Amino acid sequence: MNNLTTYLAISAILFLLGLLAMMTRKNAVSVLMGVELVLNSAGLNFVAFNRFNGGGVNGQAAALFIMIIAAAEAAVALAIFLNLYRLKATAEVDKADTLQW
Amino acid sequence: MELLKNLIFYLFVVLTIGSACVVVFHKRIIYSAFALLGAFFGVAALYLYLQADFLAASQVLIYVGGILTLIIFGVFLTAKITTLEIPDETHQRYLALIPVGLLGVGLFWMIFSTPWGGQAGMPVLPDPQPTTQALGKLLLTDYLVPFEVASMLLLAALIGAMRLARFYKKEND
Repeated sequence: MNNLTTYLAISAILFLLGLLAMMTRKNAVSVLMGVELVLNSAGLNFVAFNRFNGGGVNGQAAALFIMIIAAAEAAVALAIFLNLYRLKATAEVDKADTLQW
Repeated sequence: MELLKNLIFYLFVVLTIGSACVVVFHKRIIYSAFALLGAFFGVAALYLYLQADFLAASQVLIYVGGILTLIIFGVFLTAKITTLEIPDETHQRYLALIPVGLLGVGLFWMIFSTPWGGQAGMPVLPDPQPTTQALGKLLLTDYLVPFEVASMLLLAALIGAMRLARFYKKEND
């Protein structure tokens, strides 16, 4: 269990699932969930490489920054979805097709 | 003992991937949102197995405490709150499998064919050290500029999100 390829495989599966969510979901919040899965898989990759292929905690710092960016991104994205819902009464990404109103 | 360790590890792997599958494939978005909890907890447990204790704690605090709460708020605020059965339709369901499958084959081929070198089969260290002190030192020395930029980014995102989410009355048109 405790080798690099196991963790890389787990994070690849998480990445692919997140990608699938981003591609297939219609609701914008679900698309955001897919983005969170992808960001998690990237962080897992950083920590795994840090653990097995180097000393120190440089990779963990990178994963920490990923978390910070994910938090900022989630806040802004949800504010945008609220506006979309207010304008269109739906949160589906297909319906966001106006540039000006 | 070793067997038990492996068993718990694979339990967490199954928890992570199973929850992620529910997130992606479940028809109701609220179930997806709560399944995200399992995925985040599973990744936190994997961080613990990678001896990143501080990261595991912040994963629980930031993702479960912050982002997941935001997402559930988002689900409820962008739907009719009276029904719990908020459907979430999918589109291009089978078309999307083609690029994802191709990418998956490529990724797995890459992962299993590359000689990663280093200490790829390294056993667990006898006494793992807490990483908090090392991370703190790193953030305030080598990564000081990214750290400050990240705090500016968070501040900007906070103000921007508040500005965006405020309710405006339309004035002229």
